[in-house]
Amino acid sequence: MNWVGRAAKLALLAALAAAVAFGATDVQSAVNPIGPQSGKIANLWWFFFWLLGAIYIVVMIAALWTLTRPNRGFGQEPLEHTHQLSPETDRRTSRVVAGATITTIVILFVLIVASVGTGKGLSELGEQKNSLTIQVMGIQWWWQVMYQTSDSSIAVTTANEIHIPVGRPVQLRLLSNDVIHSFWVPNLHGKTDLIPSRVNTQWIQADKPGVYRGQCAEFCGLQHAHMIIYVVAESPDKFKAWYDRQLQPAAAPSDPVMQRGQQVFMNNACVYCHQIRGTDAAGQNGPDLTHFGSRLGIAANTVPNTPGNLGGWIADPQSTKPGNHMATIALNSADMHPLINYLESLK
Amino acid sequence: MTQTQDVLPNVPNQEQNISNLERTWRRGRGLIGWLSVTTHQAIGMRYIVTAFIMLCVGGIEALLMRIQLAKPNNTFLSADLYNQIFTTHGTTMMFLFAVPVMEGMAIYLVPLMCGTRNVAFPRLNAFGYWMFLGGVLFLYWGVFTGAAPDMGWFAYPPLSGPQFTPGKRTDVWAQMITFTEFSALCVATEIVVTILKMRAPGMSLNRIPLYVWSLLIQSFMVIFAMPAIVVASSFLLSDRTIGTHFVNPSEGGDPLLYQHIFWFFGHPEVYIIFIPALGFVSAIVSANARQHVFGYPAMVLSQIANGFIAFGLWVHHMFATGLPQIGEAFFTASSMMIAITSGVQIFCWIATLWTGRPRMTTALYFVYGFIAIFVLGGMTGVMLASVPLDLQVHDTYFVIAHFHYVLIGGAVFPLFGAFYHWFPKMTGRMMSERLGRWNFWVLFVGFNLTFFPMHILGLKGMPRRVYTYPPEVGWGFISQIATAGAFVIAIGGVMFLINVFRSRKSGAIAGNNPWDADSLEWATSSPPANYNFEYLPAATSRSPMWVPREERTFVTGLRTDRREVLVTTLMDAEPHHRYVLPGSSIWPFITAIAASITFVGSVFNPWYIISGSILIFVGLLGWFWPRRAAEIRDEA
Repeated sequence: MNWVGRAAKLALLAALAAAVAFGATDVQSAVNPIGPQSGKIANLWWFFFWLLGAIYIVVMIAALWTLTRPNRGFGQEPLEHTHQLSPETDRRTSRVVAGATITTIVILFVLIVASVGTGKGLSELGEQKNSLTIQVMGIQWWWQVMYQTSDSSIAVTTANEIHIPVGRPVQLRLLSNDVIHSFWVPNLHGKTDLIPSRVNTQWIQADKPGVYRGQCAEFCGLQHAHMIIYVVAESPDKFKAWYDRQLQPAAAPSDPVMQRGQQVFMNNACVYCHQIRGTDAAGQNGPDLTHFGSRLGIAANTVPNTPGNLGGWIADPQSTKPGNHMATIALNSADMHPLINYLESLK
Repeated sequence: MTQTQDVLPNVPNQEQNISNLERTWRRGRGLIGWLSVTTHQAIGMRYIVTAFIMLCVGGIEALLMRIQLAKPNNTFLSADLYNQIFTTHGTTMMFLFAVPVMEGMAIYLVPLMCGTRNVAFPRLNAFGYWMFLGGVLFLYWGVFTGAAPDMGWFAYPPLSGPQFTPGKRTDVWAQMITFTEFSALCVATEIVVTILKMRAPGMSLNRIPLYVWSLLIQSFMVIFAMPAIVVASSFLLSDRTIGTHFVNPSEGGDPLLYQHIFWFFGHPEVYIIFIPALGFVSAIVSANARQHVFGYPAMVLSQIANGFIAFGLWVHHMFATGLPQIGEAFFTASSMMIAITSGVQIFCWIATLWTGRPRMTTALYFVYGFIAIFVLGGMTGVMLASVPLDLQVHDTYFVIAHFHYVLIGGAVFPLFGAFYHWFPKMTGRMMSERLGRWNFWVLFVGFNLTFFPMHILGLKGMPRRVYTYPPEVGWGFISQIATAGAFVIAIGGVMFLINVFRSRKSGAIAGNNPWDADSLEWATSSPPANYNFEYLPAATSRSPMWVPREERTFVTGLRTDRREVLVTTLMDAEPHHRYVLPGSSIWPFITAIAASITFVGSVFNPWYIISGSILIFVGLLGWFWPRRAAEIRDEA
């Protein structure tokens, strides 16, 4: 069973690496839409881009054309000592300026209609049947993710990673329990702020499987740069398999090294902040680690989830992500190896 | 005494008049004299120089940030230092450079363009400058003692609240705002009154130069916008220092309320910066296209409309906070309206250049640069007004690109043009045009190299205010280009400084009106005497300096043994009465010190507000101590 999880994780990492290598930057791009929301916005963007780009070129040509005119006015009249336009030139220029102004107004009207129309289209994508509801809580500097269902026994809590089934609308309920954050996965949708004492919602849907990167977009303090979230869009079957796995409590380790690792975890301050369902660790301040080993990254995806990075992170959290709120716990080196093994085994 | 005006009326005792003026308007000597100066030229120049130093400091901060971002996972700056630097950069550029430099130019130019001897409230003017300087010193005292603000120049609660930014950093920021509010309100008040009541006879509303119009509008905007930031920063400070709950959500306050009030100030603030710059453009265009700016009424009405609309679109900074759709549609429409009023002005300038015969001075180069950059910034501004597009590009490098296009393109390029245009008036010497061209091209290329790629970075998902980024997101190469561009801009800045220092020493002598421009500041000597004009000029047309010499008229009969000016009527600028301006005084400086002690102290202990008020009262007592009228003193 263990190798399935590992293989899945490797495949995800490979997909991410491939996306990085081939698409270069498309894992976090507003112009590479993979859902209906981001698609509508991208269409609107290209409409604005071409229309306004063309107008810009026209205005620049008009401005630079002035440099080619040796004399003054339409009639090229030599008016050096009057500083006044002839009535004829004045009239004709007025007409041109008025025409340009009216054109501006018409174009802006078209843009307003297009923009409001897209906005309306976006809001109509909300409130759909068959949707999945996920609560995302912004916390300095990580994301808590809770899948919400009417039956609380099948609710799942994870962190810094949202798995969604391809083609199914997802409602995100966005909250914060400290400062204002902003949820933004550009391939899926624009930003929505997470504001303490409020609940905002955002609807997303991924039409293509893949791993999409997002990060906090409202300055939220010292480590704002390292508050990254991955959206993993996968086929409904794969999603179901993942979800079922997440529902399970952590398996009791069988291997003596891992058992030692679990003991280290339970006997140290780790338990004050982290929960591992199926064990006595029930802390709520930090991310739930029940299936930590299946995740892509560490420290809100500051670094990829590898044993080496995990060791560095536990030994000195402040060097991986300076200023973060994880406590530095003095562990002797003999304990480190089992602990890493144990945590990575939590698939 | 030598005469400084080209043409003078034929009145007796001219020599006597001039020597009286010299004596009445002279500046004090020594340190006390220097601190007591109330001449608008001196104060304006102090603002300009201080603000320019702040531009250099803010620029260095920008370079540090660009070095940090030049490659992924860079460790040149720590997260903490980076956050302090980007906050200080934004704060410095907005509050300590852009607004004050526009104020300084206004203080210098408006009385000259209106044809009067000083601003309406010279001591308030001096006080305003000292308060501004207090703000500068306070913020940079924080920077050098590790108390530089690090929560962003917008200071959103709850991040800026007592819980998440303990220590004094946020307080230093908020109280620095108080200093600059004071200064801006002082300047706005005196500019409004100077323009409305002290214009040259004949300068009716429809003859006011476009630059002066822009300042009138801008000053009214300051008067209406600044109270909003007073409220916002007071909410924040009292939440932090005396435990109120205005905007602290953990105490039941509303963090969005702060955002609304902040942007109700913050958006007009941008126009407060660039509306005077549009005035520079009008002045430079008319002087160098050799004719009136086309469509004067359309220009004035557009600027007034700009001023009003500016207060109705603040919510476009908050689209991501989750608003009902009807509100979004309203603010989309109101934000796009700005494109109409700005468009009209662009069309009018192009029409002026089109129908004129442009004389390609460096100042005009900067105007063409302004059009190229500002219009592009306007286009991206229209994009940002659209809610769906804004949701994607809000708080990304796309926005950084946008507002540097509108603020550097819309305000700094015209400002450099204005420096080249009015430097001869301010110093009596011409700047080097050859170096000026180089200066322009280096700045123009550097600017676009730095900021154009940022549009792409934003679309590729790079958020603002991140101190670093990993290699796999692919922002490294584009960021490197931007960093290279930033150094090109720095070279442009150095070229400008070289040009200023060289020209000040050895530039060609300018004479009164080197550009044959049309407004009244060119009627007097370069640099102008302390009293500006020997005889106050009258405005017989919208372009008084393009009226043939023999048709120009003057005001005679003002007393020269006291600081007498002419007050004219609001609409038609008919002479109304004579008014004596107060002379130099050390008290504005002392009052500013007292106010600074109050503000700085209150950051550490709220009781300073009480004790400081007593000090301020003492300052005001000296300031307003009645004096015997000049003629009685002379007889005594």
